[in-house]
Amino acid sequence: MIEVASATEAAQGPHETPSGRRPQEWRSPLASASKNDEVVARIAGKVEDDQRISAEEALHLHDHADLLTLGRLADIVRRRKHPENRVTYIVDRNINPTNVCLTDCGFCAFYRSPGDPEAYVLSRTEIYDKVSELARLGGRQVLMQGGHHPRILSEWWGELISDLRERFPDVNSHALSAPELDHFAQYEKRPIEEVIRDLKAAGLGSVPGAGAEMLVERVRKIIAPKKTTTDRWLDVHRKIHEGGLRSSATMMFGHVETAAERVEHFQRVRDLQDETGGFTAFISWTCQPDGVPEEQDYPEKATPAVYLRVQALSRIFLDNVDNIQTSYVTQGMKMGQMSLQFGANDFGGTMLEENVVSAAGCFHLSSVQTVEHLIQSAGFTPRQRNSWYGLVDERHDEPVFPANREDAAPGVRA
Amino acid sequence: MSSAIQTQAAAAGIGDIAERVFAGERLSREDGVRLYGADLHAVGALANWVRERKHGDLTYFNVNQHVNYTNVCNKLCRFCAFQRLPGQEGAYVMKPEEVAEKIRAQLDEPVTEVHMVAGIYPKLPYEYYLDILRAVKEVRPGIHIKAFTMIELMQIARRAKKPLAEVLPELVEAGLGSCPGGGAEVFADRVRDEGYDKKNTGDEWIDTARTVHQAGLHSNCTMLHGHIETVEERVDHLDRLRLLQDETGGFQTYIPLSFHPDNTEWSHLPGPTALEELREIAVSRLLLDNIPHIKAYWIMLSIPVAQMALAYGADDVDGTVVEEKIYHEAGATTPQKVLRAELVQWIRDAGRIPVERDTIYNVLWSADEALAPVGETAPVSRV
Repeated sequence: MIEVASATEAAQGPHETPSGRRPQEWRSPLASASKNDEVVARIAGKVEDDQRISAEEALHLHDHADLLTLGRLADIVRRRKHPENRVTYIVDRNINPTNVCLTDCGFCAFYRSPGDPEAYVLSRTEIYDKVSELARLGGRQVLMQGGHHPRILSEWWGELISDLRERFPDVNSHALSAPELDHFAQYEKRPIEEVIRDLKAAGLGSVPGAGAEMLVERVRKIIAPKKTTTDRWLDVHRKIHEGGLRSSATMMFGHVETAAERVEHFQRVRDLQDETGGFTAFISWTCQPDGVPEEQDYPEKATPAVYLRVQALSRIFLDNVDNIQTSYVTQGMKMGQMSLQFGANDFGGTMLEENVVSAAGCFHLSSVQTVEHLIQSAGFTPRQRNSWYGLVDERHDEPVFPANREDAAPGVRA
Repeated sequence: MSSAIQTQAAAAGIGDIAERVFAGERLSREDGVRLYGADLHAVGALANWVRERKHGDLTYFNVNQHVNYTNVCNKLCRFCAFQRLPGQEGAYVMKPEEVAEKIRAQLDEPVTEVHMVAGIYPKLPYEYYLDILRAVKEVRPGIHIKAFTMIELMQIARRAKKPLAEVLPELVEAGLGSCPGGGAEVFADRVRDEGYDKKNTGDEWIDTARTVHQAGLHSNCTMLHGHIETVEERVDHLDRLRLLQDETGGFQTYIPLSFHPDNTEWSHLPGPTALEELREIAVSRLLLDNIPHIKAYWIMLSIPVAQMALAYGADDVDGTVVEEKIYHEAGATTPQKVLRAELVQWIRDAGRIPVERDTIYNVLWSADEALAPVGETAPVSRV
């Protein structure tokens, strides 16, 4: 059983939930109250003046600011960082070469244990066909992640990535994750630096920020006890950046964490970014507990307003991360568009296929046309990007930067 | 905090409008047009200020069920996916017993309202309308029947062969409690001629609503936005509602309805996006200074947009809505039934205080009994 974090002030009292599972620990402050909160006003002044806010100040905003204030401040930071009034997205495809995984995370509906009748490993031909389809559509990125398979290690991945690079030079392999790389290093009994170096040599172009979940040990021990630790997750990203690759950072929230732990997660990301500058973007999403293996141990799903609050706060706090990507895969297209008012400047990928999230029962189809319409209707110019947030569509004359992985290496941009 | 909103409004070029809002002055049509073009953060913050002045954090919902007694209709509106012609596949008319069965099926649920609207099927006799009202009341005497849009009332009066003013007391006698706001579409003749020329005119809609209010009945009002109408035509529509409200005071709630294009003759149009829906909520809250409530109809907006709308001017979310047919034909993907608990949950997550009301805004359950006492009418402050 999951141990519940100490309850925050239940300002609005207990109530029933639709699923019968327990409610979210955290309760939204009453919206009208934040108007009279002088501390909120003071912190807002700092954000307006482009000053960095502390974890303590972020927590105060988290617990006391109303949605509109968070949105307004996030929008100020977003426009400061992206005065060109555009929203980017990438034409990509998600491929999960295997669903075999040893980490047994109770919030994951996608994985199967080795030997399970539903366990699979995609054949090379299947993967080539999928990427070939993407390349024909002008896709720029294939997002590939699998489970922690006991025998599918860096050699297998290196061959795959190298073959893809040869066949589809315009499609970047945005692949694996810190926990998967760590898994290779452990099983192959060699330093993580070597694993990263070899995969980069094979053609790995960037690394997604998956598997971060919550970068707080108390929480990881509850929700993902077999997964890479917080310090290790951060260190693998440090090594990724030192090895000359960019990566993103993510957060999955709305389960057993406290408000202070959400902010602690932001702080860990901001600290590493101060050190390396290697994160391209930050992406957060809410836990989707309906139908997962340990469903009964999770609270009711966090509602969209909570997602927007946290996304806005991430934009305000992570002053050294260029891009905030919305997660419309978990939140839906309407939410994706609204999030552009709450700090997001990137719509993410068109995701021709997404197994992990759809296995958890929420799959939102999208297409380039729909994404562009939503961006335009929000008052922004839609632009296609590559994995390093360089602009790649040819409809515009503006300079394209960074155009490739070499230009995008951490340190180059500074 | 109004000074922060003022600063934000000034930066968005609507500082003068904000001053008028703070002074409680009525906004002009021209102001309305400008609100449609200004930064949404600023418009939303201003609308939220009005919302909080009128209602604080209170947010209303009810436990209701829908009955669409027929989908047969002769109006051929191009935005509609629900209508069928007589004899067409899928066409139906519920017998009074079938309507009663719908009510009976929910007897174990804490339903307080039935929302009953349908197509215009000229063969239905006047007695039919009285019979379905009676059928509902017979099964569940305590339920409030909110039924018949303005065009249905015009049709009912036509079949009764007497003026609506004489028909309404008979409908009330049979069980009618109030009237819904649907079917107003966009009043402008240009839009009507292009999209729904067999339907009543804007003037006829207004005249009918006036008659309803004069009969002592409350009603709601709506606008179907996001198809071929212009911003000016939307403002014109809102202004005409506002003028009638000055005269009668009979409107309880305004509900912006989003055009859903799927399976309609206008399926080539994209329909409004989430941010356009939020703007519609905000602008209406600012222009309709004399209508107490603005509703974010979640079944059409989706829960994320309805939840956000509570920060952009809305103070009501409609109800649990059992048996919704009209929007689901047009591809709305919201679940048919949201548990009361779920409504309460997402209202709270939006930083608001959930209050269950009946159709005419008597408080039935309140998360804050000091602010909204059970048994009393929902408090609304004048701004």
